Amino acid sequence: MSTAVSAKPARTPPAPLEYLRRWPLRLWLLTVFVFLYAPLITLMVFSFNDSRRNIVWQGFTFKYYEKALNNDTLLIAFANSLTIAFIATLVSVVLGALAAVMLWRFRFPGKTAVEGAMALPIVVPEICMGVALLAFFAWFGNSVFGTLNWSGGWIWPFNLTPIIIAHVSFCFPFVATVVRARLASFNRELEEAAKDLGAGEWQTFRDVLLPHMKPGLVSGALLAFTLSLDDFVITFFTSGPDTITFPVKVYSMVRFSVTPEVNAASTLLIVLTILLTFLALRLQSRMGAKTMDLA
Amino acid sequence: MTETTPATEPRTIISFRNVSKRFGRVTAVDDVNLDIREGEFFALLGPSGCGKTTLLRMLAGFEVPTEGQILIDGHDMSHVPPNKRPINMVFQSYAVFPHMTVADNVGYGLRIDGVPAAERRARVEEALALVKLEGFGERMPDQLSGGQRQRVALARALVKRPKVLLLDEPLSALDAKLREAMRFELAQLQEKVGITFIMVTHDQDEALAMACRCAVMNRGMLQQVATPSDLYEFPNSRFVAGFIGSVNMFEGRLSVDEPGHAVVTVPEVNCPIYLDHGVTGALDSQVWVAIRPEKIELAKRNGGPMPKMEDAPEGANVTPGVITHISYLGSESVYEVRLESGRTVRVIRPNLTRWDQEDFGWDEPVWLAWHACSPAVLLS
Repeated sequence: MSTAVSAKPARTPPAPLEYLRRWPLRLWLLTVFVFLYAPLITLMVFSFNDSRRNIVWQGFTFKYYEKALNNDTLLIAFANSLTIAFIATLVSVVLGALAAVMLWRFRFPGKTAVEGAMALPIVVPEICMGVALLAFFAWFGNSVFGTLNWSGGWIWPFNLTPIIIAHVSFCFPFVATVVRARLASFNRELEEAAKDLGAGEWQTFRDVLLPHMKPGLVSGALLAFTLSLDDFVITFFTSGPDTITFPVKVYSMVRFSVTPEVNAASTLLIVLTILLTFLALRLQSRMGAKTMDLA
Repeated sequence: MTETTPATEPRTIISFRNVSKRFGRVTAVDDVNLDIREGEFFALLGPSGCGKTTLLRMLAGFEVPTEGQILIDGHDMSHVPPNKRPINMVFQSYAVFPHMTVADNVGYGLRIDGVPAAERRARVEEALALVKLEGFGERMPDQLSGGQRQRVALARALVKRPKVLLLDEPLSALDAKLREAMRFELAQLQEKVGITFIMVTHDQDEALAMACRCAVMNRGMLQQVATPSDLYEFPNSRFVAGFIGSVNMFEGRLSVDEPGHAVVTVPEVNCPIYLDHGVTGALDSQVWVAIRPEKIELAKRNGGPMPKMEDAPEGANVTPGVITHISYLGSESVYEVRLESGRTVRVIRPNLTRWDQEDFGWDEPVWLAWHACSPAVLLS
C-alpha cells in the first residue's frame, strides 16, 4: 500500500559531526544565548519604559533618552570617558608596540623578568591596582606638588592625566601581548630583503615591519579602548570630583535607583562600542586579507 | 696588425681574504680564501651546516666576519651595512613583501634609491619582462604561485643592476619538474644579464648543472674550488669525492710510484690497482682510491677467461665478484657486486638497448674491470 511516490523524503539522521542537530547541544546553545544576551536585551528594552522604576513595563517612550542627553554631568562623564579611552589607547598602542618589538627582536639579560613584569598588570587584581595607584598618586602629588590632588586645578583635559596614566598602565600589556603574537609570524627574511634593497632601519620598519604589525595594532587598540572605556574599579580610585567617568557616574546614579535614564545611557554606550568594534574588525579583516602570510 | 687579444683572465669581483666567522665557540667559517670572477655563475656547495650560508650572508652584509676581509670590486666591505652594498639577494623564502603589488615589490629598491617615478616604471616593466612576468605588475603576491614569486624576487634584485646577485638555495622550494626547468632558465638569465651570480646550494646536481665553478665546503672550510667536471672527475679529497656523486672508496698503500704510472695495493680488492699517472706521495704511504660506479665494466665470468684491460698490465684492474643486488632505474641499472673479500662494490651500467638490463642476473659471477685512467687517488 505504501507508495514511495507520495511519501515525503525521510529526514536523514544527523551525521556524526552534525552536533547542532542533536537536542543536547541545541539546549546548551540556547542557555548560553539566554545568559549572555537576556540581561542586555532587558536593559535596552527597559530604556524605552515609561516608568520611573525598571520593574514593570508601562509603555513606550523616548523621554529617558532625552533626559539622559540633557543631563550635563552625565554628558561630561561620557566625554571624559571617551577622551580618556582615546588618549590611553593611543599611548598604550605606541608603548605596547615598542615593548613588543623590543621583546621580539632583542635578547638581553633579564628579558624573562621584563616579560613577566609587563604581564603583571594583567594578573594583579584590579582592586589592588586601584589602591596602589591611589596611594602612588597621593604620594607623588604630595611630594612633588605639595598637594594630594595634584591634577585637580588643571584645566580639562589635563585634569584627567592621573586616570589616563592609570589606564595606560593596565592597557598597554594587552597591546604588547597581541602585537607580540602577531610578530611571531613575521618572516625575518622580509626585513633583510628590504635592507638588501637599500632600505635603512627606519624605512625597513615603516615599509615592512609596520604593515605586518597592523592587524595586531588594530586589535590591540580595540582591546585597550574597550578596557579603558568601561573600567570602573581602577578609575574609581583615581578619579576626583571633577573627573567623573561614565562608569563611575552610572554607579553613583544607580546608588539611588536604577532609572530608565541609566538604561538609556548604557544603551547608547553599547551601541557605540558595537559600532566601533564592527568598524575595527572590518578594517582589520580587509588588511588581514592583504597581509596573509606567504612564507 | 694587432693580434687578436688572447682571452684575458676575467677580473676578480669578490675576494674573501682569510675570512673566519665564529658564533660563540662554534666556527661557522674557517679561514676562507676565495676569488670570484666577474660574470661567472659560482656555486657554494656543501652539506647543511657547512658554513656556505654564513659565507653568503657575510657577503650580503647580514653577518660581519670575525676575522679577515671581504673585497667587493676592490673595496673592503666587511663593515659596510647591507643597504650600502652593490649586491642584491634572492632569499630562500623569496621574501616578497606580502602587502605590496608585484610592481611595488620590484620597484621598492628603486623607490628607496629615489629613482623618479617614470624611470622606475620603465625599469620595473623591463625587469618583469626579463623574468617573463609581463602583465603581472598589479597582482598581489598571494595571487602568485611559488615559481612566480621566485621570479618576482629575481626581478626585484636584478632591477637594481647589482654587481653581484646572491641566490640562497634558489630551487629548494620548487617542485621537481619546475626545478629542472628553472635550472636552465637561471643559467640563461645569468648569461643574458651578465651579472655575477653566486648561489648557495646543498644539491650537487643543481650546482653541477648551473655553475661555471663550484666551491665545496665542509665544516667551515673550503675543500675544493673547481669546475663541475673537475670536481667530479678530479676530486682532491675523500670528502669531495663522496659528496659529489656516488663513489667506491678503497683504502690502500702506494706500492709503485713512477712518473708514468703507479700501483696501489688494496687489501679488499685482490688485484693491484694500476694507474696511468704518477702520484706525489711517499711509497707505502696510506692512500685512498675512488672509482665512480659508471667507470667499472661488468663481464660474464662463467667459463670465460679473465679479461685484460688494454691500458693495464695482465691481472691488474680486473677482479672477480658476484652480483648481490640489481636496481633497474630505466636509463641505467645499478649493480651491487660482492668481491671475494666480502666488500660490496657499486657498478652503474647504462641500458644502451632495450635488452641490456637482462645481460646480468642476480647471484651471477662476474668480472669487474676498469681503465687505468679511471681511479682517482686521494691523499686525504
